[in-house]
Parts: sequence; C-alpha cells; structure tokens
Amino acid sequence: MQAVLQFLNANMWPLIDALVIVGVFPLMAGYVVLLERKVMADMQARLGPMRVGPHGLLQPLADALKLMIKEDIIPESADRIIFWMAPVLSVTAGMLAFAAIPIGPGFLIANMNVGLLFILAVSSMGIFGIVLGGWASNSHYSLLGALRSSAQLVSYEVAVGMAMVSGLLLAGTLSMKDIVAAQAEKGMWFAFVAPVGFVIYLIGSVAETNRAPFDLPEAESELVAGYMTEYSGFRWALYFLAEYSNMIVVASVATTLFLGGWMRPFASVHAFDFLDFVPVLFMLGVTGYCLYRIPKQTGWDQKFILAIFAGICFVIAAALGMVFAPPLAFLKVPVLGAFWFIAKVMGYVYVFLWVRFTFPRYRFDQLMRLGWHFLIPLSIVNVMGVATALVLHRQAGWSSWVAFPVLLVVTILLAFWLVRAGERRDQQAARSAA
Amino acid sequence: MIPVSHYIVVSLLLFTTGVIGVLTRRNVIIILMSIELILNAVNINLVAFSHYLGNLNGQIFAIFIITDAAAEAAVGLGIIIAFFRNRQTLQADEMDLLRW
Amino acid sequence: MMDQVLFYFFAGLAVLSGVLVVTVRNAVHSAVFLITSLLATAGLYLTLNAEFLFVVQIILYVGGIMVLFIFVIMLVNLDVALHQVQFNRQTWVAGLLSIVLLTELLAALALARSGGPGMQLLPAPAATAASLGGNTEQIGMLLFQNYVIPFELASILLLVALVGAVVMGKKRI
Repeated sequence: MQAVLQFLNANMWPLIDALVIVGVFPLMAGYVVLLERKVMADMQARLGPMRVGPHGLLQPLADALKLMIKEDIIPESADRIIFWMAPVLSVTAGMLAFAAIPIGPGFLIANMNVGLLFILAVSSMGIFGIVLGGWASNSHYSLLGALRSSAQLVSYEVAVGMAMVSGLLLAGTLSMKDIVAAQAEKGMWFAFVAPVGFVIYLIGSVAETNRAPFDLPEAESELVAGYMTEYSGFRWALYFLAEYSNMIVVASVATTLFLGGWMRPFASVHAFDFLDFVPVLFMLGVTGYCLYRIPKQTGWDQKFILAIFAGICFVIAAALGMVFAPPLAFLKVPVLGAFWFIAKVMGYVYVFLWVRFTFPRYRFDQLMRLGWHFLIPLSIVNVMGVATALVLHRQAGWSSWVAFPVLLVVTILLAFWLVRAGERRDQQAARSAA
Repeated sequence: MIPVSHYIVVSLLLFTTGVIGVLTRRNVIIILMSIELILNAVNINLVAFSHYLGNLNGQIFAIFIITDAAAEAAVGLGIIIAFFRNRQTLQADEMDLLRW
Repeated sequence: MMDQVLFYFFAGLAVLSGVLVVTVRNAVHSAVFLITSLLATAGLYLTLNAEFLFVVQIILYVGGIMVLFIFVIMLVNLDVALHQVQFNRQTWVAGLLSIVLLTELLAALALARSGGPGMQLLPAPAATAASLGGNTEQIGMLLFQNYVIPFELASILLLVALVGAVVMGKKRI
C-alpha cells in the first residue's frame, strides 16, 4: 500500500495529464466527426446536422447514445474471442499513441527518449485490429477488405517512416519534446526546411488512416464496409473512434515534427509578439458569434445550449487571457502553446477533410503503385537530400539558406525524373503486352 | 534489482517451449512460429547480459537477430505458400517428397 | 518494488503466451498468442533499459513479421486443418528430450550461481555508465562505427530475402 502511494506521489503530474488527455481526446475525436459532416455539407452547398442542438453541436452525443443502445449482433460462425478483441485492439493502439504526444512544454504523459518511434510502433499495432476483425467476421467481404486495408497500411508505413527520418535528421533526437525545442533553436519549422518530407508525410498519413482518396478498403460502394461489415452498435463505434483517433495522432505527430509543435508562428521574431494575443481574441470572437446567433435559434432549448457553449468559450478565453497577468506569467508558454498545438492539429485535420471531399477515390492497384513506385523512392531520395544538405551545412560550412534550397531543387528534379521513368516503364509494358 | 538469473530462467523456459513446438507440431506455420519463439528467447538472454555487463554489444547482436528473423520468416513463408500451391497441404508429415 | 512487479508480469505473460502458442489448435489463435509473447518480451527489454530495442521489437517483430504470418495463415486458410491431428508421432519422445534439455540448462545455471568448479560467477549489475546521450544514440554510434560491416551485410541479406520471397510467391517465375 505504501509503495502504491509512493508511486502515485512520484508520478502525479503524468497521471493528471493522462486523465486529461484520455478524457478530452475521445471527445475531440467525436467532434471531429461533427466537423467532418459540417465541412462536407459546406463543400456540397448544404448545411449538415442542424437539428440536434444548435447547429448540430450535440450530434456526437446523440450518435454515441444511439450506438451504445443498439443490439449487439455477432455472426454465428464468427470466432467470438477474436471478434470481441479486434476493435479493442484498434482503439487501444489509437489511444496508446497519445502517451507520447506533447501538447505543451510540460504537458506530456511520458517523456520517452524514443517517443517518435513509440508512436510509429503503436500505430503499426493498429493493423492487427483491422486484420483480425476482418478474419473473425468469417465473411469474404470482410476478409478482402481487411487484407487490402492492411496491405495499404504496411506499404505506406515505409514511406511515412522515411519521411519521419528526414525530419529526424534535422531534429537530431527522437524525443518529442526535444524535437520542438530543436525547431525553436533552428528558428524555422521543419516543414519549410524539408518541404518534400512534409508533403510525403501528408500523403502517406492520408493513406495510413484509410481516408479518402485512399479509402477503398472501407468504401461503401465497393466492399460494403470492408472489415467493418459485420460489426454493429458499440463495436463499430470503437472502430470509428479508432479511425478518428488515428487521424488526430497522425496530425499531432506532423504538428510536432514538421509544424513547430506548440510554438506560435514566428516564435523567435520579437516583432511578432502581438500574435500572442491571437488565442484570446479568437476565443472571444467565437463567443461573440455564438451570442450573436442566440436570438436566431428556434426554441428556448437551442438558445440555452448555445448560451452554455458561448459560456464555455468565454471561460476558455478568460483562461487564455489570464496568463498575461504578471503573477501567472510562468504559465504563458504552456497554456498558449496548448492553443497553438490544437489549432495546428485542427488545421491538419481540416486538410484531411478537404482532400476527402475533393478527390476521387484511387483504385487499389493505383494506390499500391503510388505507394511503392513513387512515394518510397521519393522518400529515399528525400532522406539522401536532407542528409547531404546537413553535411554541406555542418561540415563544408555552407549557409543553411543555400544548402537546403539547392537540395530541395535537386530532390524535386529527381522526383520528376522518377515520375517520367515510371511512365516510360508503363508505356513499354503496355507496348510489349499489346 | 532483479538478478540476471531470473532473466536467464525466462529465456530458458521460452527456448524449451519453442523447441517442443518445433519437434512436436505438424502444422508448418506453427513450427515457424516456434522458431520465432526460440530466437526471441535468445534475444532476451543477450539483452539481459548486455544490461548486467554494462556493454551494448548484446543489444547490437539482438538487433541483428531480429533482422535475420524477419528475413527468414519472409523466405520461409514464401516457401510454404509455394508448397501449398503444389501439394494443398500444410502438415509436416505429408511433406515427404524426398523420402524413398 | 515496482520493477519486480513489472518483471514478473511481463515474464509470466511471455512464458504463458509461449506455452499457448505451441498448444492451441487454431493457427490464428496461435499467432495472436505469439503477438502477446513478443509484446511481453518488448516489455522485458524496457525493464532492462533497452528502449531502442523495445521499439524495434514492436515495429519489426510485431508490426512486420507477425502481420506477415497472419497474412499467410489467412491465405492458406484450411478449415479441414482444424480437425486433423495436431501433434505428430514423436510427441512423447520430443517432450521427454526437451525436459532433459531444460533440466541440463537449469543445472548449468545453478552451478554458475554457486560457483562450481571452473565456473565463473554470474555478474552483478554493473554501474550504469554515464550515458553519452541515451541508449539510441549509443547504439547508433556503435552500429555505424564498430559494426558497420555487419550492418551493410544485414542490408544485403534483407535485399536477398526480399527478392527470394517475391520469387517464391510468384505463380509463374
């Protein structure tokens, strides 16, 4: 008993951080679902969910309640234990990755020396949730969808890993906290120093999370629902939660590695210090907009819920504003940093949603060809390019403003050459087959 | 502090379990999985000694063993698939083409 | 005390899953238990301060090799295999010999602990060396300075295995 109390005392802050993160991020994943529906509606010139709560704000709660009270159907010849275990494995892998993600300088559950590799490792465990779920359903659609999905995940994992390596070369460390510190030291986000790596990571992460245009394994018109066909009710909700948690994890890794983590834009330029007021002004703006929309709601319950939402936004704005008072100045970087981090993650997630509703779906062989024939060679070339630039900068003394752009041009030229070589090979194959 | 003999006992138990699996099961895929268990047990032994001797050579050796296990599993499974296409069986007792 | 709890948890899980790997009838269940055993081994590496090996084990072994195994098991899925005899004719002899092997190894271990004739005593835990920047950096330094030739050979081995697996898997060479 004594040892347990001692353990709790020594690890108090990580435990509190863990409770906050585990409590907040699933809720955030649920609201990303609502955000996706509203953004989809906006891009399709309609309104989206408006009925459940003002502007559909309570839709995720209604969905969660519906899924929880639905009947739990298990196919008769399914393997019961693995059928039960597969969604749990997916969700566990998705949630476990949150342990290594830094939302602020001290706001981190586990400061591991190998934090980035840990997230990569845990994401590769999520593949099992898909494969075992598809197999345990004992249905051809599910098995095919699961095999296709896991083949896609494994293929793009290589490209994503190499893109992370190019970012790591610049950071010099695997610990997530130190990667952001390295970006602060360098003065520029790594997305601008190694843009090819960032773009490869963007494309690869869209494929990693089974999102459109790479979502053939779960496309409704092709394979019913792929590996999720036989799952209903709460088990399906777990898979869904796992997918959206994966999106948030991938966005957080991209933010930490390429977009500067919790730093505000132009963190080292003091002329832009007025940007520190942007969080407070943004939240005050949201509060004002909610108050403006209150009279236009129909029914007192919608007005009431919107008023509560406006109140929550005002409390957040006040919390963000309080750190400007001198006694609380030590909280300035963590609290404002949390806002910038969440803003960047939401921006990255918005790019995911934008891409989903813009591009048509890739066929599976086109998808695999993109991964193996284009992205992997490009990511290898990118790693070599970044390494050469670093060597030129550190050993040969070139200025980093010269070395990195030169190598960027070389990498892009090699990328074009790769695409042309691929097209020539396809033409030759078509000619020899005809 | 946990004495190194505890880790050696764990490694021995896993090794023996793997050996029993290789010698006893008929399904070749499970035989391959038992071989992975054996390699895993050896890895535990190496890493335990690396920790207790303050030396990183054991961990480097373990990394190379993991790499080799990956290569061997890939080629072994390719062979199993090729054999399955020809003979439609996965039982080690029935893979007796070379017996007189 | 925490490290003892962790050690016994991971060690017990590894050994129990290992026994279940060689015992269960269904190949997919066997693969799932092997995944559990490998994860428990990764936990054991973490208790030994080998954090790079912990992540490498999960990424390569669990996320790579076991995915390969599960793919192949699903591709050659035989329902009839579930009803066939699982253990071959030499089971009893093999079991006996394995017990003999285990006894021999445990005896060697016991002799080493008590310092029998000609045996070196097991090492006491060495003082943790001042880390020049953590486990990963040290392994990186060693791999690229002292062990660069095995490193390059391992990459050639992986290339050979890649070509071999693709050739073995093709329907017409």
